[in-house]
Amino acid sequence: MAKVVFKKPHALAGGPMHYCPGCTHGIIHRLIAEVLDELDIEGSTIGISPVGCAYNNYLYFNCDMIQAAHGRAPAVATGIKRSRPDNIVFTYQGDGDLAAIGTSEIVHAATRSENITIVFVNNAIYGMTSGQMAPTTLLNQVTTTSPYGRTTKLHGYPVKVSEMLSTLDGASYIERVSTHDVKNIFKTKKAIKKAFMVQMEKKGFSLVEILSSCPTNWGISPQEALKWIEEKMTLVFPIRIFKGFDLEVGK
Amino acid sequence: MAEKVLMKGNEVIAEAAIRAGCKHYFGYPITPQTEIAHYMAKKLPEIGGVFVQAESEIAAINMVYGAAAAGIRVITSSSSPGISLKQEGLSYIAGAELPCVVVNIVRCGPGLGGILPAQCDYFQAVKGGGHGDYRMVVFSPSSVQELYELTVEAFNVADRYRITSMIMGDGMLGQMMEAVEFKDEENIETVEKDWALTGTRMKREHNIITSVNVNPYELEKINEGLQAKYKKIVENEQRVEIYNCKDADVIIVAHGTVARIIKNVIETLKHEGIRVGLIRPITLWPFPTEIFEKYASVPKMFLTVELSAGQMVEDVRLALNGKKPVYFYGRMGGMIPTQKEIMDKIKSILRGDRDG
Amino acid sequence: MPVKEIIISGFGGQGILSGGKLIAYAGMLDSKNVSWLPSYGPEMRGGTANCHVVVSEEPVGSPILNSADILIAMNGPSLDKFEDYIRENGIIITDSSLVERESSREDIGFFSIPATKLAGEMGNQTFAIVILLGKMLAETQVVTKDSFISSLKKVLPEKYQYMIPDEIKALEMGMES
Repeated sequence: MAKVVFKKPHALAGGPMHYCPGCTHGIIHRLIAEVLDELDIEGSTIGISPVGCAYNNYLYFNCDMIQAAHGRAPAVATGIKRSRPDNIVFTYQGDGDLAAIGTSEIVHAATRSENITIVFVNNAIYGMTSGQMAPTTLLNQVTTTSPYGRTTKLHGYPVKVSEMLSTLDGASYIERVSTHDVKNIFKTKKAIKKAFMVQMEKKGFSLVEILSSCPTNWGISPQEALKWIEEKMTLVFPIRIFKGFDLEVGK
Repeated sequence: MAEKVLMKGNEVIAEAAIRAGCKHYFGYPITPQTEIAHYMAKKLPEIGGVFVQAESEIAAINMVYGAAAAGIRVITSSSSPGISLKQEGLSYIAGAELPCVVVNIVRCGPGLGGILPAQCDYFQAVKGGGHGDYRMVVFSPSSVQELYELTVEAFNVADRYRITSMIMGDGMLGQMMEAVEFKDEENIETVEKDWALTGTRMKREHNIITSVNVNPYELEKINEGLQAKYKKIVENEQRVEIYNCKDADVIIVAHGTVARIIKNVIETLKHEGIRVGLIRPITLWPFPTEIFEKYASVPKMFLTVELSAGQMVEDVRLALNGKKPVYFYGRMGGMIPTQKEIMDKIKSILRGDRDG
Repeated sequence: MPVKEIIISGFGGQGILSGGKLIAYAGMLDSKNVSWLPSYGPEMRGGTANCHVVVSEEPVGSPILNSADILIAMNGPSLDKFEDYIRENGIIITDSSLVERESSREDIGFFSIPATKLAGEMGNQTFAIVILLGKMLAETQVVTKDSFISSLKKVLPEKYQYMIPDEIKALEMGMES
């Protein structure tokens, strides 16, 4: 018998995903599923799908799932967690969902230190609605609604979610990670795992911001997209831990 | 029999919800319904429940969406401008077919308007204030005792049909104290919620709560399912009070607090030999259409009285379908019609004045 | 007495709303139908307060009163505002410590008692409302004295229950004045 060295995580459901070639959503889904498996929490987890490219990612996880209105996932998570405090609750949100229309919900979930986990996928653009400017779009970045490039005068500056939320006393653990190479993907998984463990140990609000690619709407190849994350995005959105340096989990 | 107590309408809603087994409240302060939140904030922690003051009405209704999806009884309350903010969530709750109770202690609009009694959110409540083909069951109590009874019933109806039940009152009802007699035990219908999000425990397929479907064939089927459910509600849940309608020359149609004033009018006019009846819709949706078929032949004419520019009157006209003339009298902006105004209107339409 | 409609009006802090609740509660204990409705919202700001109370043999219609049988006015503006609300043969009771003028109407019963002054002499001005309610009870029998005393126990918060004997004295003072 050959030894199994790679298999689909149990928590990952369904067949092929609908994401574009070169998009790192799929990787992030797999990392979450691996973490649910490794922590043995699939059976108690309730996930919340956003509005955006991942709107129907409830199909991709074998845990219970619910789809939320645009930006409202942290409020929905609050309602679920306050009703079933022994379940594990996570949201999966993009940058339009979390950092534009849903700023109020994310800020107040963090400030209440809701014991939930937020997986925040930042790809600096609106994917679902075809490439409009996001709150996290970089300066000079061309999008369908900033066709001459994002300028401070017309559009203001990119929103730095992790920096902003880490000023709140209620936020327990906040880390920004990236998916642009294997080493960083491993670090991403580690951060996601830590975030879930913070929740399991009832230590409050945890958020992992994940820099992600969108070759389709950035108009470049998947390889170039990963390079763009590394060379452009990480300059504006530095990869590091923002809150919870000394937070020990799994002891 | 339980003891009668004197309580504010708003507090009775909160107490009724707790008695109906609801231990979760999510809301945002707004006059004139804030006593509901005060009562819940104080009582729920004592019974192991949860009170969350949300950052907005939008967040509050989405917390309700989450809690309802988790399979528990949940309530939120607000007043007109706040209910407008909740419309997005109400549409999602309708699409995902979740049960919950929403209280609207209506104030006069549009915009920030004022805080005095009004019934100007009738269209929003019964015609669907949010997007999509959906309905809510809307109860319009007219006394504090009825606030209690209908709030308990609202939870049962919500669970029975997986739908939003709305309790619609106004500041007069919410702020007033009246005697209320609580039952020793509420009639709580329990339904199995095998669709709820509880975690799979690795023992079943995952449950998914969603309102999205990009396949038009499937989405049409889902909508047809919703409509079939609404049809069943129309058949089973029409509630109405009939008062003094036998041999009435004029039947007045009024709901909520206005109906109380009409009852005074009816008694006063009895002494003048004018026979006036009252049809009081208790459910505004489903509108008690059937009763109008029964009473259409009785009076010379109908008169709808509302705290609005004339909203429910459209449903009265639809229900009567041209069988009898339907007149309207309304006050707006928080003004309450006096008995005299209404009596003058009745006499005027009976005289045959053209515009009533 | 099929129905009695009462307006109590004055400044915030005079116990206007509590006074109304006492009457409503007492009416309920007398097996009458009752309603109590406070002024709410912006009206509450700026220091004025009033409430509408209905005590009735029949189910209560509108709790908002456009006219009434009884007015208790604890300041001048309250008399100005509600004097014309009172129906023929109704009564107006004012606190003459705070309301300078009398009513010019001749079709109603007018009574004035220096209630705040009398209450001050008892050591607590907040008894003024109870003195005026005592006068109302004596003139109209809208609720029974026994029920009123029972309602004190229901309406007064725990920390003020010790004041009940003095409240009863104030009530009797009003009834006898």
